[in-house]
Amino acid sequence: MSTRTIAGKTVQMNDEGFMTNPSEWTREIAAEVAKEEGLPDLNTSHWKVIEFCRSDATSSGKSPTLRRITTATGLSTKEMFALFPKGPAKKVAKISGLGKPEGCV
Amino acid sequence: MKKLLILGAGTAGTMAANRLSRLLDASEWQITIVDQHETHYYQPGYLFIPFGVYGKNDVIKPKRDFMPNGVHLVMSAIEAIEAEQNRVRLANGQTLGYDFLIIATGADIYPKQTPGLGEDEWGKSIQTFYSFEGAVALHEHLKHWPGGRLVLNVVENPIKCPVAPLEFLMLADWFFSEKGMRDKVELIYATPLPGAFTKPKASKMLGHLLTEKGIQVVPEFMIERVDPEAKKIVAYDEQEVSYDLLVSVPLNMGAEVVGKAGLGDELNFVPVDKHTFLSTRFANVFALGDAAAVPASKAGSVAHFAVETFGENFVRYTEGQALKPVFDGHANCFIESGFGKGLLIDFNYDTEPLPGRYPMPGVGPFTLLEESEANHWGKLMFKWMYWHILLKGKELPLPAQMSMVGKWSK
Repeated sequence: MSTRTIAGKTVQMNDEGFMTNPSEWTREIAAEVAKEEGLPDLNTSHWKVIEFCRSDATSSGKSPTLRRITTATGLSTKEMFALFPKGPAKKVAKISGLGKPEGCV
Repeated sequence: MKKLLILGAGTAGTMAANRLSRLLDASEWQITIVDQHETHYYQPGYLFIPFGVYGKNDVIKPKRDFMPNGVHLVMSAIEAIEAEQNRVRLANGQTLGYDFLIIATGADIYPKQTPGLGEDEWGKSIQTFYSFEGAVALHEHLKHWPGGRLVLNVVENPIKCPVAPLEFLMLADWFFSEKGMRDKVELIYATPLPGAFTKPKASKMLGHLLTEKGIQVVPEFMIERVDPEAKKIVAYDEQEVSYDLLVSVPLNMGAEVVGKAGLGDELNFVPVDKHTFLSTRFANVFALGDAAAVPASKAGSVAHFAVETFGENFVRYTEGQALKPVFDGHANCFIESGFGKGLLIDFNYDTEPLPGRYPMPGVGPFTLLEESEANHWGKLMFKWMYWHILLKGKELPLPAQMSMVGKWSK
């Protein structure tokens, strides 16, 4: 476990680049991490997904799977891949300051 | 009389019925178990059928043979689970009330959920070994298959037995070598995972093993559709993999009746506490085995360890005590790797599979995360243990919770 300073804030992060304390997250951090993930401009659709993931994780204690996101937001999997290319659930979890989704065990 | 109702007489349901019938006082409790099918399938055996190692009779027995005296078995499909009213309506017209409900309705494959998969070519150039019928059909198909590109694709996780796809490919490597046609066969594994397995150390180790055996891994392949005419699978990110024979592990979902009852998640698996199996919605409903939405492997060994820890915890709960967080996600899986060898992995929620010896530290006889002949015999012996010990809810001389003894963490 290590710490990292992003967008002027020091946060805890694991080896895979996932934040380990969701309460340290800010929207500025999201924008910065998104940039590193190849998404320089987050639009309203991106934020809709990020906000869903944040609120879902607050109640469930874990990152939602891709299927959970598409079921809840009404976005198709295809649209999710367009918004967050290459592993949407993982990417959005990272940007949202949440742990790696547990979909695969 | 207090009523315990178990839905599903598969691996978890049968083990729970056996264990609880011993733990609960028969003068106070009436245990009923419901299932629609007479036959119990040894699902781990499906893997061996396509290669002719097991035949049909190795994997089927009547469910009734495994029901303890005093447990009432009802053969019927389930119409509706009405958890608010503490009752279940059956397709045969009966309505069963309960004080406690255990949902053990398992997981099944849904090929029609992927466009192009479960259509005209299903059972021809598209096959599966994730069902009894599928495994038997694939055996017939492989008998006369001339060779080509065999692509194994996992549609989406979680699936039953996450190591089975790897075992299938390693057994295929052995099978085609024995037939003298390995040079005519390409083996490709297209998986949504970033590597061969879900846990980093095992993924690396198993990845190496696949490379040695000439099996190509296509990672992060999230299938969108099959093009059965062009014989290719297409991913959401436009990646394509062509095949001559597609062996599919279709989407795995829980029972539809669970979803209709509002008790399931988006895949119809039941959200429960991962240490106690108590439903997050109802204080008298539990889910065991594949039906439960817990971050543990959907595997018989997990169901066994789960039921073993669940039994006494359940009794305590019915006596008004709080449930203890006893289940640690323990899984113990033999991985058949072909040519008379196998591996063994032992892990839980917090500890990934590590190398070492099992169950006796330094001695084994089984080797963890390393190929050996002993592991292969362990895997074959497991069938006997399943029918004679596990299903009957008897205890193994192994701890239900994972132990670090005998494992090397570095």
